[in-house]
Amino acid sequence: MPTLTYRDALNQALREEMARDPDVFLMGEEVGVYQGAYKVSRGLLEEFGPTRVVDTPITELGFAGVGVGAAMVGLRPIIEFMTWNFALLAIDQIVNSAAKMRYMSNGQVGVPIVFRGPAGAALQLGAQHSQSFEAMYAHIPGLKVVMPATPADAKGLLKSAIRDDDPIVFMEGEMLYNTKGEVPDGEHLVPIGVADIKRAGNQVSLFCYSKTVSLALKAAEQLDAEGISAEVIDLRTIRPLDLETVFGSVSRTHRAVIVEEGWPFAGAGAQLVDEIQRGVFDELDAPILRVTGADVPMPYNKHLEKAAKVSPEKVVLAVKRVLYLE
Amino acid sequence: MATKVLMEALSPTMEEGRLVEWKKAEGAAVKVGEILAEVETDKAVMDLQARAEGVLLKQAITPGTTVPVGQLVGVIGSAGEDIAGLLGASAAGSAGVPAPPPASAQARTAAVATTPGATAAAAAATPAPGPAPTPTAGGRVKASPLARRMAADRGVDLAGVQGSGPEGRIVVRDLSTGARVTPGLRAEGEAFIEVPLSQIRKTIAKRLTQSIGPVPTFYLTTEIDMERVAEAREALNQSAQRGGAGEEAAKVSFNDIVLKATAMALRQHARCNAWWQDDRIRYWNEVHLSVAVAIEDGLITPVVRHADQKTLREIAVEVRSLATRARERRLTPDQYTGGTFSVSNLGMFEIDQFTAVINPPEAGILAVGSVQAKPVAVEGRVEVRRRMRVTMSCDHRVIDGATGAGFLRTLKGMLENPLAML
Repeated sequence: MPTLTYRDALNQALREEMARDPDVFLMGEEVGVYQGAYKVSRGLLEEFGPTRVVDTPITELGFAGVGVGAAMVGLRPIIEFMTWNFALLAIDQIVNSAAKMRYMSNGQVGVPIVFRGPAGAALQLGAQHSQSFEAMYAHIPGLKVVMPATPADAKGLLKSAIRDDDPIVFMEGEMLYNTKGEVPDGEHLVPIGVADIKRAGNQVSLFCYSKTVSLALKAAEQLDAEGISAEVIDLRTIRPLDLETVFGSVSRTHRAVIVEEGWPFAGAGAQLVDEIQRGVFDELDAPILRVTGADVPMPYNKHLEKAAKVSPEKVVLAVKRVLYLE
Repeated sequence: MATKVLMEALSPTMEEGRLVEWKKAEGAAVKVGEILAEVETDKAVMDLQARAEGVLLKQAITPGTTVPVGQLVGVIGSAGEDIAGLLGASAAGSAGVPAPPPASAQARTAAVATTPGATAAAAAATPAPGPAPTPTAGGRVKASPLARRMAADRGVDLAGVQGSGPEGRIVVRDLSTGARVTPGLRAEGEAFIEVPLSQIRKTIAKRLTQSIGPVPTFYLTTEIDMERVAEAREALNQSAQRGGAGEEAAKVSFNDIVLKATAMALRQHARCNAWWQDDRIRYWNEVHLSVAVAIEDGLITPVVRHADQKTLREIAVEVRSLATRARERRLTPDQYTGGTFSVSNLGMFEIDQFTAVINPPEAGILAVGSVQAKPVAVEGRVEVRRRMRVTMSCDHRVIDGATGAGFLRTLKGMLENPLAML
């Protein structure tokens, strides 16, 4: 199996889907001539031409609206935001148009669109460019929120997202683009709404997604060295949640820790806590803990930024607390 | 808005604290971090700091009171604020009712007492129902959902389980120690382990008590070949004579050997070395043998402490001394209380076998008959061998048939092959 970067795995998914279905097109800032701010669309303009790889002005609300309109009349647009921080300008189209059309047209008009781009904090990009908005979009009925952690999932989930008949918020980890992993050639589809058990364990369940998967795996290794067996589960999609896998894991381990990059208040993990306590209340031997980003705008100062982010050490501490070891 | 001042865990193992002295009077202004009171923890006297700014509106407990971690001890707010709601809400679990020490703490206390005699006497002086082990605010038992479900499945009453989580929360590991009462379980350094009655033990106790009286007793009899004990005893006593220490006191009787073997067997069968405590069973890690001694107008049972750890000769000397004191009525209370199991021997009266009455709260007594030469089948041939019959009376609330039988089998094995005692 070839080893690809996360970036190239996404590129492969775009190329394969555009080749497979002529209705699929890519639109966004710098996606064509510049081949993408993060080079995800490298070579696509050359291969598919300017009608299917469309460079736009710096007008997020405008091109997101063009995309929703195109989807309503039968095309399958992929709208790239240079980062999800900029998509705040387009949120009216995402929430009020894309997420509502199927419902408000009594099922007559679907919106098969993928909004995609990098999310989460990178390094010292400041408070306005270091945000995790998955909870905001997951809040909206009518949207699915997909957050791959590995190159293979990036490809398989993006292909499934493009083929989905409803709007998808597809959040890529900005710090993951250069990570490498084995990626199956050709038709590799990962279904939306199915979590992945990355590491089996029996004393605590670590739920994570996107960038926090690698943090949780590191924490699990440290815990293993101390004789604590942690199960690591990549949720892959924030909405819909794979509750069957979540409940199964908690029923085995009786303890859960959720690791998320975003802010704690009403974060994506808060929803998971709610589901777990209602779904498998009698399995719990400890309160469910969350390891989240600090409840502040992301500091620019390098040390403060580090302190505000989640880390394997914070995960290890939370695990010890649910095991009543701290 | 008023803020509750709670008893805080000031050491990692602190479960309760005694308020030594208030450092702020009611009505005094306090700032965050200021010392409100001194609290004695399980380790030292520590400061309880204010977590809110305002006026100390109420001292909810008086100096000298011990309360569990998490309980309301005071209220900080703004002057004149109505705090009746705050105080009322926690009135049930607050003020003045010193939390009973957990069972494990009791055991630890007993274990550090200076002499074994004092230990057992002190323990014996607090009879019957022990205090509820889990400190609960307002009577509610705190337990994790999983612990609750598993307790229900196993018929364990959580009210009797000591919680090790925050504020005494019962979590699964607390159940597993409670449920894993195997004879081999020995908490290091503790004289005994107390185990709350499981549902099945409660039912057994209730039904059997209805049937035959407050101590539902059953009897197990076995016959033991004493040839090797007799040979060993003769050799021992001869060598003692030759060694110049051949006084009467140094002679070892059959009964001394039975006592030693009983003590050793009890170490392997902690389930028989136990006290019935009404709502729980106390499994002793120490073996203190009550030895029935006939006196002029009755009977008394002086106690050989730590009989399992004493040599045969030490037991022989001690039993003679205790018996003499008993007949002279010079036994002190600590010399005849605190036994964990009894032995009664009527062999010297040429009684073949008999049943003895249990000495509560002990759960078992061994009735020892005489050593008699009689014909028995040995490997298909009739031989004359010295044999002894013992009958164990068992409190069925504590000891089941198989449990008692297991103990007797070990005892028989030890007497028939004295090397097994080593």
